[in-house]
Amino acid sequence: MWVDFSLTHAWLIPLLPALAFVVISFLLLRSPWLASRLAILAMASSFVLAVGAGYAVLTRGITVEAPFVMKTVWLSIPGLKVDMGVLIDPIAATLLFVVTLITLLVLIYSTGYMAGDPGYCRFFAFISLFAASMLGLVIATNFLQMFIFWELVGLCSYLLIGFYFFKISAREAGKKAFMTTRIGDFGLLLGILLLQITFRTLDFAELGVKVPAYVAEYGAETMTFIAILLFIGPVAKSGQFPLHVWLPDAMEGPTPVSALIHAATMVAAGVYLIARAYFIFSTTPEAMMVIAVVGGFTALFAATIALVQNDIKRILAYSTLSQLGYMVMAMGIGAMTAGMFHLMTHAFFKALLFLAAGSVIHAMANEQDIWKMGRLKDKMPVTTWTFVIGALALAGIPPLSGFWSKDEILLGAFASGHMGLYLLGTLVAFLTAFYMFRLIFVAYFGSNKGGEHAHESPLVMTVPLVILAVLAVVAGFVGSPLMDYAFAHYVTYPGAVHHDPNIMVMVISALVAIAGIILAWAIYQKELISHLALREKFQGIYTLLYNKYYIDEIYHWLGQRFIDGTARVLFWFDIYVVNGLVNGIAALTGGAGKVLRYTETGQVQTYAGYMLVGVIVIVGLVLIAGFAMLI
Amino acid sequence: MIGLAHYLLIGAVLFGLGLFGLLTKRNLIALLMSIELMLNSVNINLVAFSRFTAIDAASGQVFSLFIIAVAAAEVAVGLALAYAIHRGRSTVSVDEIDWLKW
Repeated sequence: MWVDFSLTHAWLIPLLPALAFVVISFLLLRSPWLASRLAILAMASSFVLAVGAGYAVLTRGITVEAPFVMKTVWLSIPGLKVDMGVLIDPIAATLLFVVTLITLLVLIYSTGYMAGDPGYCRFFAFISLFAASMLGLVIATNFLQMFIFWELVGLCSYLLIGFYFFKISAREAGKKAFMTTRIGDFGLLLGILLLQITFRTLDFAELGVKVPAYVAEYGAETMTFIAILLFIGPVAKSGQFPLHVWLPDAMEGPTPVSALIHAATMVAAGVYLIARAYFIFSTTPEAMMVIAVVGGFTALFAATIALVQNDIKRILAYSTLSQLGYMVMAMGIGAMTAGMFHLMTHAFFKALLFLAAGSVIHAMANEQDIWKMGRLKDKMPVTTWTFVIGALALAGIPPLSGFWSKDEILLGAFASGHMGLYLLGTLVAFLTAFYMFRLIFVAYFGSNKGGEHAHESPLVMTVPLVILAVLAVVAGFVGSPLMDYAFAHYVTYPGAVHHDPNIMVMVISALVAIAGIILAWAIYQKELISHLALREKFQGIYTLLYNKYYIDEIYHWLGQRFIDGTARVLFWFDIYVVNGLVNGIAALTGGAGKVLRYTETGQVQTYAGYMLVGVIVIVGLVLIAGFAMLI
Repeated sequence: MIGLAHYLLIGAVLFGLGLFGLLTKRNLIALLMSIELMLNSVNINLVAFSRFTAIDAASGQVFSLFIIAVAAAEVAVGLALAYAIHRGRSTVSVDEIDWLKW
C-alpha cells in the first residue's frame, strides 16, 4: 500500500521540499526552530517516499527498459509538445534514495553546524529548494523538464555558494560557479534544440526508440555532434576539465553545502544526465571516446593537484573532481552501471568526508589549513574515525564501498580493452590513497599543536557522521560479488555486458591503495622522508601543482585578452560606426537645412519666381511624357 | 478671319505681361494690377475656348464670371492688406517687406 502510494505519488518527492522552501521563505524567516524542523520533516517525508519508490522498483518489475511513467501535457503549440511528469526506473530510484538520504542527513547536521548563524532560516530554505530541484531533475521524463530543473540546480548552487554574500570571495565563487556552468548549459541547450529539430520530440521514451532507428538509417555523425553538445552540460556541471574551475571555489559556501554539492545535488546531475541519455551516447563510439578521455584526464589532473593542497576542503574538492572523472570515464567506456554505482558510494563517503571536515572546521574556529591542525584524534574521536572510514572508502580499501565501485570501473576499463585508461585509473587510485592519508596524518594524527583547543561536535552533527560512515562501509556490498552484483542487475541498460570479476584487477587496486597509504604514513607520520626536502627537490612541479596548473590564471589571461579585446573592438564599433551613423544622419539633415534656409528670402517675388520655375518644370515633364507616349 | 489662335495669342501676351509685372515691379499696388492682367488673360482663354470648341455649352463663360467675382474680392483684400502695411511701415514696396525669412 505504502509502496504503491510512493510510486504513484512520486511527484510529491520534489514537491514537498519545494513547499518547505516556499513556506520557510514567506512565513518562517524569523523562526529558526520551526524552519529547520519543517525542512527536515519535508525531506524525511520525501526520503520515505523515495524508499517506497525504490522498493516498488525492486518488487514491481520496473526496469530501465520498462520504466514507470506518469505524465501530463504541460505545453502544446504546433510543432512542440512538452510533457511534465514522473519517470521512475532503477537509475532514478537510486538517485532519489541517495539525494533524499544525504540531504536529510545534511539538514540534521546543519541544525548543529549553522546554529546561531544570522542566515539560518534562509539556509534551510535554500537547501530545500536545492534538493527539490535535484529531485525534479531526477524524475524528469523529457529533456526540457530536465533542463528546467538543471537550471534551478545551478541557481541554487549560486545562492548557496554565495551564502556568505558579505564575503567578497564567496560572492566571486558564486558568480564563478554560475557562469562556468552557464557555458555548459549553453552546449546542453544547443544539443537539446538539435534533438528537437532532428526528432521532433524530447521525450526520453520516444527518443529511446527514434535515436537507434535514426542511427541505423543515416549513420552516427549527427548523433556524435549532438552527443558531444549534450556532454558539454555535464562537463560543466560535474566539474570535468576544462570547466572544473568552479568546483574547488565552491567551498566558499557553508560546509554542509559543500557536502551537498559534492555528493548529491549538483555534480551528480551531470553524471545522471549521461546515464539518463545513455541511449544517445551509446550510439556513437566517437562521443563515448571523448567522454572516456575527458573523464580519465580529469581524474588524473585533479588527483595530482590534490597532492599538494593545504586547505582541508580544497583537498576534498579536488578529490571530488578526480572521482567524478572516474564516473565520467566509466560512462565513456560503456560501464554505465559502474559509473552509477560509484556515484552512489561516492555520495556517501564524500558527504561523510565533507561533514567530518565541517565538524573539524567548526571545532577549530574556521581554520581550514591542515598544517595548523594536528592531534585531532584525541579531541574529536568520532569525527576522526568517521573521517578515516570515509578516507579508506575513498582510497578503495576492501571491503569498504569505494573499493567495490572503483573496482567495477577499473574492471570495465580493463575488460573492454581500454588499457591506457585502466592504468591511468590505477595510478589515480594510488594518488587518491596518498593525498587522503597525507591529510589524515597531518591534520588528525600530526604532531602540530593546532588541535589543542578543539572539542567534539554536538550529537546532531556526529550522528549523521556515524550513519554516513556505516553507509560508506556497507553501501558497496549491493554491487559486490558477495551479493551477486544485485546493483548491476537493476541499474543497467539494454545490451550491457557485465564483466566477470577479475581477481588480478581487484588485488592490484587494493595493493596500490595500500601502497599510497603506506607512503603517506612514511612521509607525513614517521617522516622517514622529509616532505620539505621533497618539496625542495621538485620545486617546479610543486609550484605548478600548488597553483593548480595555473588554469585560473590562464582563464584570467584569456579573459583579459579575448573578452576585453572583443569589448574594445565592440566599443570602437559602437562609438565610430553606430554613433557615427546616427550622428551622421542628424548632421546631414541639419546641414541641409542650414544651406536650404537661404532660399527663404522673405521676398514675395522670389517665391513667385519659384512657382514659375515649378510650373515650367511640371509642364515640361508632362510634355516629355506626352511625346514619349506618342513614340 | 479671326480664329481661336488669335484669341489665345492675345491671352498669352497678356499673361506674359502680367507675369513680367509681377516679378519685376516693386510696388504692391502694381503687383495687384499685374495679377489682374493675368486673371483677365485667363478669362479671354476661357471665353475663346467656349466660343470655338464647345459652342452649345456655356461653362466657359460661367467660369469667367466666377473669376471676375473672385478677382474683385481678391483685389479688395489685397488693397486692404496694402493699406494696413502702409499704415504700419510707411511703405508699399515689396522688397522692403521681407521680414518673413531665415
